[in-house]
Amino acid sequence: MAAINRDDVAHLARLAHIEMSAEELDRMAGELAVIVESVKSVSEAAGDDVPATSHPIPLTNVFREDVVGHTFTAEQSLSGAPDGYEGRFKVPAILDED
Amino acid sequence: MTDATLSFDEAMEKYDPVLGFEVHVELNTKTKMFSSAPNVFGDEPNTNVNEVDLGMPGVLPVVNKTAIESSIKIGLALNCKIAETCRFARKNYFYPDTPKNFQTSQYDEPIAYDGYLDIELSDGEVFRVEIERAHMEEDAGKLTHMGGAAGRIQGAEYSLVDYNRSGVPLVEIVTKPIQGAGSRAPELAKAYVAAVREIVKNLGVSDARMERGNVRCDANVSLRPHGRERFGIRSETKNVNSLRAVEHAVRYEIQRHAAVLDSGEPVTQETRHWHEDTRTTTSGRAKSDADDYRYFPEPDLVPVVASREWVEELRATLPEPPAARRKRLQADWGYSDLEFRDVVNAGVLDEIEETIAAGATATVARKWWMGEIVGRAKNADVDPGQLGVQPATIVELSKMVEDGKINNKMASEVLDGVLAGEGTPAEIVQKRGLAVVSDDGPLLEAIDAALAAQPGVADKIRGGKVQAIGAIVGGVMKATRGQADAGRVKELILERLGVEA
Repeated sequence: MAAINRDDVAHLARLAHIEMSAEELDRMAGELAVIVESVKSVSEAAGDDVPATSHPIPLTNVFREDVVGHTFTAEQSLSGAPDGYEGRFKVPAILDED
Repeated sequence: MTDATLSFDEAMEKYDPVLGFEVHVELNTKTKMFSSAPNVFGDEPNTNVNEVDLGMPGVLPVVNKTAIESSIKIGLALNCKIAETCRFARKNYFYPDTPKNFQTSQYDEPIAYDGYLDIELSDGEVFRVEIERAHMEEDAGKLTHMGGAAGRIQGAEYSLVDYNRSGVPLVEIVTKPIQGAGSRAPELAKAYVAAVREIVKNLGVSDARMERGNVRCDANVSLRPHGRERFGIRSETKNVNSLRAVEHAVRYEIQRHAAVLDSGEPVTQETRHWHEDTRTTTSGRAKSDADDYRYFPEPDLVPVVASREWVEELRATLPEPPAARRKRLQADWGYSDLEFRDVVNAGVLDEIEETIAAGATATVARKWWMGEIVGRAKNADVDPGQLGVQPATIVELSKMVEDGKINNKMASEVLDGVLAGEGTPAEIVQKRGLAVVSDDGPLLEAIDAALAAQPGVADKIRGGKVQAIGAIVGGVMKATRGQADAGRVKELILERLGVEA
């Protein structure tokens, strides 16, 4: 993987809807590059005989039966929300997507 | 602003359409894909949710086994291979329809892949649509945009979010590019979505009600000049949610693309919004760097392994596929290809099957549904099955006709009475005083009068042109106000004229 540069960080910030100043972008580009390099060392340790894994424990088929469990009331659902209206979460309109 | 379009015929002269569909099927499991909250439509907002659906920190999703089984069944019904091992991934994006900031979805490891569906068009031509994959994912919450133009995101001041739908199990069925449909592309589009809907309904894995969003279609359309192999740039019309709309949207996009290409401009790769009122699409959102979803394997879910034994067990539970069932029914009922196709296109296959099961012959059942009920349904602008005609009613009516108690015209009148809620056929016959005139005396009088009124016709019949008899029968029926048994009238006329039938 190519090293993380400033443009990558700006792109990620845009995707995450995070506003970042020029200084922050510079600093994060450096920090993220170090993090990515560190993680990369894993692929050096693992040989070709080690398959890529997404889970540390070799489990499969952890299922749940299709039986209804607990639910929240609308009041409980909204209890941590900054704003709500008639049982629904109220959020700013986001115009660049649909 | 209205986009320019070419006529469909002109577009077809110049260009060759390529289609692609993504059909989302909501499963009708009791609970959600990853949480035990109920999967129910229409409840109070944010009451069919728990901490998993609301994406609270530290929660652990657990896969619904029934949803996996339903997905495998869909894959099998679409003639797909079922993956031995597959995983879920996180599709990362920031939008309030998901409280987690990612959608849990399968990405590069779908549960089913490489399938096909043979689609029968209205004239019986069969067109094979290849299925790229069917993968599992979860539905998103429902946003209602408030303020500004009603319901539209443009100009909205804020949005209200209901997460009841969040986490409802979905199977997304993706086709390979569909080539070679030519001018039948719109029809094929409709027939394909209808076939998918029919299959998932038949499997019992989805309620398959398009008006409720149980089956939703994104339609991809691109055009290329005839003879060129390389695909044109496509548009993706989102959420086309009725069968008719699928056909119209594909037709409209073909006409719009053709006009863009004719002007020498490239088509913009973008999503389009379908508008049922004007039967047009408008520009949605162009492909942008916001479509960088940074998929990665979902660390909270372990892989799904579908053993071959499990897959075969599920295969053994599959119901007869709709296409095979149609073949069987046509053979059983002895309908011609044309008769059968008309029945299918009229949407009364189930009704006829029930009517036959209730004791009617295949001919009688078809005669009633196609001859009487379909027309009434059309006038009432509802599906024939929604008129509320009971199979037993048809059986009773046809029995009365067979027994000579009433004639066909009266039977039709009685059916109107039944539909108007006036009672059973027997009650209506009595109430309205309907009965075939069975005493030959008055009939013979009417026949003599009719023969005298049309001496030329009488001569023709005597001369062997028996088919001319209709004119005389008509006169008699008119004279008896339709109360005579037309079959008996015919017999009597022939007797009167001394002609062998």
